[in-house]
Amino acid sequence: MHLNNVGSLWLRRYAVLVACCTFALLIAGGLVTSNDAALSVPDWPLSWGHLVPTLEGGIRYEFAHRAAAMLVALLTVGLALAIQVGQPLPHGRGSDGAATLQSEPRPGYPPGVGSVSKLAWAAVVVVLAQAALGGAAVRFLTPAWATIAHASLGQLFFALIVAICVALYAGVAGAHVPSLVCAAALFAQTILGAGVRYGVVAPAAHIVGALLATILVMWAGLSILMRNMDNPKLRRPAMLLLSIAFSQVFLGIGALMARVAYAAAPQPMPLMVLFTVAHVAVGSLALGAAVALAMLARPAAFPLHGGMVTA
Amino acid sequence: MRKHWIGAILAASLALAGCGGDKPSETAESEATAPALSGPPAVPDEANGGTITGKVAFAGAPPKMPALDMSASPACERAYKGVEQKSEEVVVNPNGTLKNVFVWVKSGLPAGRQWAVPATTVTLDQNGCMYRPRVIGVMTGQSFEIANSDPTNHNIHPQPQLNPEWNESQSTGQAAVTKTFTRQEVMIPVKCNVHPWMRSFIGVVAHPFFAVTGGDGTFTIKGLPPGTYVIQTLHEKYGPIEQTVTVGPKETKTVEFSYKG
Repeated sequence: MHLNNVGSLWLRRYAVLVACCTFALLIAGGLVTSNDAALSVPDWPLSWGHLVPTLEGGIRYEFAHRAAAMLVALLTVGLALAIQVGQPLPHGRGSDGAATLQSEPRPGYPPGVGSVSKLAWAAVVVVLAQAALGGAAVRFLTPAWATIAHASLGQLFFALIVAICVALYAGVAGAHVPSLVCAAALFAQTILGAGVRYGVVAPAAHIVGALLATILVMWAGLSILMRNMDNPKLRRPAMLLLSIAFSQVFLGIGALMARVAYAAAPQPMPLMVLFTVAHVAVGSLALGAAVALAMLARPAAFPLHGGMVTA
Repeated sequence: MRKHWIGAILAASLALAGCGGDKPSETAESEATAPALSGPPAVPDEANGGTITGKVAFAGAPPKMPALDMSASPACERAYKGVEQKSEEVVVNPNGTLKNVFVWVKSGLPAGRQWAVPATTVTLDQNGCMYRPRVIGVMTGQSFEIANSDPTNHNIHPQPQLNPEWNESQSTGQAAVTKTFTRQEVMIPVKCNVHPWMRSFIGVVAHPFFAVTGGDGTFTIKGLPPGTYVIQTLHEKYGPIEQTVTVGPKETKTVEFSYKG
């Protein structure tokens, strides 16, 4: 199986489109929470009893988030179907129905495309669960369990879509353990961050988590950099992860300071919204970068001193 | 060994999750209603009962209130014809008193006595994308209605701690929404998520002895049975103050509360 350039060009580009739309959706979700607009549309799945409500005030954020979520859900189903179509034929059957000895993709699909099928269908399940959680958050008046689960599952979904993109470009074959641990820590941080935003976790826990996550990012990033400085295919993503993670720390400090500064404000203030949404968005990028690095820097593909392996 | 680590992480997570409870600063009182005595519900005896009156003063320079940004809702901006609106979190009256302070008898009433629920309906209006009045008081079980006088949509979202929370949309021109709260709770914040600067507070009390200060900062509570009472004032920013007052039949006692800026 080829470990790089697995997906066909259109499929890879489509997956990247889904990733970009998902990232935009995460930003839209951050805008909803930061503008305290989650319950500006009290009903679900309709909005004020209509498909499209009057767009003003907080309704703009909430409805934009719902519309973006619908788009991403449809795109994700499309992605899973597109990958499914390219699934290898079952063992023992060829395209002409004749007996074969090994799996092969359908005509027109590149080898290895079926390896991400499970990831794609997992993404479909997650995005549907995410929609249900979003609806539950509205129907049950944003209880902490639903809102934190919604925020966390959104990050997990983004990580899954990133994993699919990387798999379509480079295949799936093991993972770089430090980067995987780093990704897990960053995901835990998103859960803690959501807990802080909904007032059920002390900010100190998120700050301690940030310290640990930063150490793990440095461990993962530097361990790759030290061994692969001459390999741009690993050096660049490792440096990207380190840059994103350090930016995230400063954005976190900014978000905290803005929240303290505007604690008595009569409404969400633009600077506070900006810092908080940027913190959420860059946190998603950090998680996505860690997942990508974990897949790219797997030992099978990259021996200690660079050079991508193809089989 | 691994189990110990997992246990430690779980314990730490649960401990952290227990931190930072999100109780609003507007104190939620949970004074339980005592078991009812037999007989019809009592009505305040304004002719023979005691009266507690007074004012809520404000010491110091009135704080500068931030301007509200209504640009996200053109209908709200148009209501003020371009005149900037300030937050009404703290309103100091020209006579140096504080507006929108909820005053109530916190304790001292005869135990177990049930009080007749007023038949009148209190109205909370959404007018100019603000709640009018900002603070209201109702008895447990008393109806209050929320009207929308604005040419725009609002959602009404009270956030009680003890009563059931609800969130309803109210389009322009829609009939008023009538509700009741059944448990005593002082105060319940009300917000509109469409217009996040909109804030109101509802004091829900199990008896009829409460008042809200207005443009002159005064209050009067009439018809109290003779006795010694803890009177509490509660302001959304400055919190509670309490004083103990004793009144006899037909007696009027004057008390003054003072908040510092």
